[in-house]
Amino acid sequence: MRVIVNGEEVAVSVATLAALLVVRGFEGEWLATAVNGRVAANTARGEYRLEDGDRIEVLSPMQGG
Amino acid sequence: MFALPGANLGSRLLMGTARYPSPAVLAAAVRAGRCEVVTLSLRRETVGGRHGGAFFELIRSLDVHVLPNTAGCHTAREAVTTAEMAREIFGTSWIKLEVIGYHDTLQPDVFGLVEAARILCADGFDVFPYTTDDLVVGEKLVEAGCRILMPWCAPIGSARGPRDTHGLRALRAAYPDLTLIVDAGIGRPSHAATVMELGYDGVLVDTAIAEAGDPVGMAEAFATAVEAGRRGWQTGLVEPRDMAVPSTPVIGKAVFS
Repeated sequence: MRVIVNGEEVAVSVATLAALLVVRGFEGEWLATAVNGRVAANTARGEYRLEDGDRIEVLSPMQGG
Repeated sequence: MFALPGANLGSRLLMGTARYPSPAVLAAAVRAGRCEVVTLSLRRETVGGRHGGAFFELIRSLDVHVLPNTAGCHTAREAVTTAEMAREIFGTSWIKLEVIGYHDTLQPDVFGLVEAARILCADGFDVFPYTTDDLVVGEKLVEAGCRILMPWCAPIGSARGPRDTHGLRALRAAYPDLTLIVDAGIGRPSHAATVMELGYDGVLVDTAIAEAGDPVGMAEAFATAVEAGRRGWQTGLVEPRDMAVPSTPVIGKAVFS
C-alpha cells in the first residue's frame, strides 16, 4: 500500500495509523495527525485503518506569531 | 486584570514565538516582557519528532497560556482542521484564527475567516480572529460567535504601526464590550502605546521584539509601553486642539510696561 506522509509518498505494510507512526519514526505526545484533511485523534489512531492513497499529515508545535 | 476565556491575566502583552535568534533568547524575552500568553503554530514534523518536542518542552517550561494559530492557511477548511489539531495537542479551546487571502500582504480572507469562525465557535472554540478594522466584517464575526477580535494595524511583520487610528477607534467604539487585541503590524513600543491609548485591550507582538537588536530589552520596553498606554486610556486623555492653549495661568501675569 502506498500512502502520502507529510507530502512524501511511501510504501507501507502496516494497517493502522498508529502503526504507521511507529514504523516511520514519529513519536511524542505533541504530535497531531490528520488523514485526508480530517483530524485523526490520538486516541483513535490504533483503530484507524489506512487505505491506499491516504494523505497523512503529522504536525507538531512550531514557532509562530 | 485582563480577562480572556478561562484566564485572568496581569499582562496585556501577548508575544509571538517566531524569528528569535535562539530558544534561550525567546524564553528570556517572554520573562522580561512579563508575558502570559504566547502564540505558536503547527507544522509538519520531521521523523522522530525532535523539532516539535524540543519546542513543546520549552513552551511548557515558560508556564504561560498558549494561543495556537492557523498561520499559513488559505481556506476555511484548512484553518478548521489546523485548529482541531491544535486543540488535540495543547488541550486549549483558544485559537488564533488566520485565513490568509493575499500572499504579498498576508491580508486576511475575511470571507473564509467568517466561515471558519462560524464552524469553530459552534464547536466550542474561543476564536481570536485575525481580521481588519472593517466594521462589517467585525459584525459578521460577532454573529458567528466571536467575543474577541484581533484587527491588524498594518501588514504582518511590516513594523509600520497603526496606519488608520480612526478605523481602530471606530472599531473600539462599535464594540465597547468585546475584547479587542491588535494583532499585526506593531513595530515599536510607541505603536503599542498608541493602540492601547485608543482603548484596545491588548497587543500581540512578534517580529518587533524577536528581530530587535536586544530582544530581551525590547520585550521589557513593550511591556512598559503597553502598561503606559493602558494607564493613559484609563485616566482620560486630553483631545488634540487646533490652537495653542497656555498651560501657565494668565491671571496674575506681571505688567512691565
